[in-house]
Amino acid sequence: MGRSADLPRSMDVPRASCTADRDCHVLHVDMDAFYASVEVRERPELIGRPVVVAGGSNPAGDRGVVLSASYQARAFGVRSAMPVAHARRLCPQAEFIPPHFPRYAEVSRGVMALFREVTPLVEPLSLDEAFLDVAGSLRRLGMGPAGIGEWIRGQVYDAHRVTCSVGVGPSKFIAKLASGLSKPDGLLVVPADGVLEFLHPLPLSALWGVGERTAQALRKLGCTTVADVAIAPLPALRRALGVVCAQHLHDLANGRDERRVVPDMPEKSVGAEETFAHDVVDRAVLRRELLRLVERCTAAMRGRDLRGRRIALKIRYPDFTTVSRSRTLAYPTDSAHRVFAVATELLDSNLPRGTAVRLLGVRVELLVRGVAGEQLTLDGDSVSACWPDVERAADAARSRFGSAAVRLATLLESPADRGETQSPESGNQIG
Amino acid sequence: MVGNVEFELERDAFAEAIAWTAKGLPARPVVPVTAGVVLEVTDGAMIVSGFDFEVLNRIEVPVTDKAAGRVLVSGRLLAEIARALPPKDVRVVVEGNRLVVRCGSVRFNLPLLHIEDYPAVPVLPATSGKVRGDVFATAVAQVTAAASRDETLPMLTGVRMEIGPEALILAATDRYRLAERHIPWTPTGTVPSTSLIVPAKTLADVAKSLGSASEVVLSMGDADDAGFLGFSAGGRQTLTRLLDGEFVKFASLWPTAVTTTVEVQVSEFVAALKRVALVAQRFAPVRLAFSEDTVQLSAEAEDESSAEEELEVGVTGEPLTIGFNAGYLLDGLAAVTTPRATLSFTEPSKPTVITPVTGLGADDPDDARDGSYRYLVMSMRLRG
Repeated sequence: MGRSADLPRSMDVPRASCTADRDCHVLHVDMDAFYASVEVRERPELIGRPVVVAGGSNPAGDRGVVLSASYQARAFGVRSAMPVAHARRLCPQAEFIPPHFPRYAEVSRGVMALFREVTPLVEPLSLDEAFLDVAGSLRRLGMGPAGIGEWIRGQVYDAHRVTCSVGVGPSKFIAKLASGLSKPDGLLVVPADGVLEFLHPLPLSALWGVGERTAQALRKLGCTTVADVAIAPLPALRRALGVVCAQHLHDLANGRDERRVVPDMPEKSVGAEETFAHDVVDRAVLRRELLRLVERCTAAMRGRDLRGRRIALKIRYPDFTTVSRSRTLAYPTDSAHRVFAVATELLDSNLPRGTAVRLLGVRVELLVRGVAGEQLTLDGDSVSACWPDVERAADAARSRFGSAAVRLATLLESPADRGETQSPESGNQIG
Repeated sequence: MVGNVEFELERDAFAEAIAWTAKGLPARPVVPVTAGVVLEVTDGAMIVSGFDFEVLNRIEVPVTDKAAGRVLVSGRLLAEIARALPPKDVRVVVEGNRLVVRCGSVRFNLPLLHIEDYPAVPVLPATSGKVRGDVFATAVAQVTAAASRDETLPMLTGVRMEIGPEALILAATDRYRLAERHIPWTPTGTVPSTSLIVPAKTLADVAKSLGSASEVVLSMGDADDAGFLGFSAGGRQTLTRLLDGEFVKFASLWPTAVTTTVEVQVSEFVAALKRVALVAQRFAPVRLAFSEDTVQLSAEAEDESSAEEELEVGVTGEPLTIGFNAGYLLDGLAAVTTPRATLSFTEPSKPTVITPVTGLGADDPDDARDGSYRYLVMSMRLRG
């Protein structure tokens, strides 16, 4: 959403993955027409139709404002923040829907949690966009920034059935511009040595902080593109815009943006969830998926020196009803073994036998960082007492040799996973 | 209401009896009548009792009785009234459906509650034996510190009491530490050789209210009606419902081999621990590094504040570095009543045991007071 709509769409830039993503450690992920996409997901009959989510005092009437418009509606000129009456005139055939914020918040939480599986450095800008700094995650994930961007896009769609666009660049400014230009449902990499080439043809509005007033002032100086600002003499800019603003725009126009990705708040929870390709009934499969999620979640925690005390399980049924159940431990843990034991208990006591499951999620909350130690128990057998060490060793191996290096035996691919059938008679034979 | 209760007694005795009973009443009663206290007058005595289905508290005070009977009134209100009365004799009488409390020129009327609705209360089982009040109070305080407060494992919120021919063995654990204490006792007649699980909170309350008596009488039923355990001393009685279930098998948890023993001066070591623990946040360990005759205590917090202190102690055996939840260690040390204590270690992931240094033979009479206390505590795994 936002000003990216003003930028030219016919840029001659590569749209898909790009190998020149070295030093491009900042990702800007922006959901495409977020509220509208979520509504379309809920009502598949709206796919392909212009959809406008509008709120305000009386959304059904004409006094609200447009909160989000599908790309089909945007084709008619409908934009965010436009009065509904105006939008109706532009696109009378659009479906106007009042907002369902809890729905958006839930998807947003899921998406942000997914980002935090990639890196702890997630800076959400709103419900539907965030910056990620992935410099520290490349080795662990065994992917480049562009690969991570594509992975995120795939995961977001698989889990939430909404699309997003990802900009990959050496700075926040460039990454955000890139995501805007790749919309919808795209990914754009701006290589570190291609920043000026990318930036300079863009209009003034591409510069962060330039609104109509500033653009006017710049035009008076003879600037019409970013390139003009880049070469404009700084004293002239200062006179026109003031010292701070002038320096800021001059830096941006020259591709300088030193702002770091700052996680805005201490993390409250770490989680992982999975929407199954087909609804799952088989308890053994569910347990294995649960273990996989627990592994993912606790590895992310250990990587960030976090331990948590509350373990929450989320189950979504095929009809989209969702239940969450949690249990609080006396001591924080980051052990997959412990978390899995609790999560399995929650699964067994909350999921009636024979019920199909659409999505399974596990989340660890009440986090503490760093210095917390693991309190040992009197009844902890020697196996569970040594688990944390085993898990740390496995993390270390994975970060050196890739994620397939060490896995719990229960998570090793079964013949069924490879699309082969397995009947009790045939055992583990592979035919 | 049964009969026309009427009696007189001195203000302080009245207030104390009512206050003691009312204190045990449930804040949120399961059924409204259990928010009441039963006042019974019989044979020159006033009996005040309260019951919440788990615990029965009952106190008997001599009074000048004029009419016997039994009534039920709001416990909280009566306690507040009793506390506020001036220091004059109190006259209590039932008039119609009200209890009238007179004291000097003060007069209170309290509505009577329906005593017909009051639940049946347990009766005190046949007496089983006696313990010394002070020994009982100390032992209970020592052991209940280790009991769990987590209601999800109800059995661990109790103290296990093993009844032997000469001693009671009290033990409690919350899975992180375990406290054990023997107390000598004098059974009356044959003793049911058994073990009970007594709610720790009630036991601690009982020890506080009865521990000042020279003797506490324990009453337990036969194996068949062993649902309640009674404690009585000086006119006060508490009956508590016992917890069901099998207590954890803890006997095998006491380590048999020890690689390092450390003797500390308790007050000095406790003071150092408390200082260093100031920077240790919740769930953060205090690190103890024992080497030749010193211990380095240290702790650090996420914000990089840290504390260190070195203390001379007597170390025998291997050097050792180990982390603890300071609170657990302090609970164990606080229960040591001798000036010095021994800490015995094997390896950091194995239990550590704290015992008092009595310096006296095991058969010394004073040994009965503290010598048999021992406290086992699990460490915290240290990072890196």
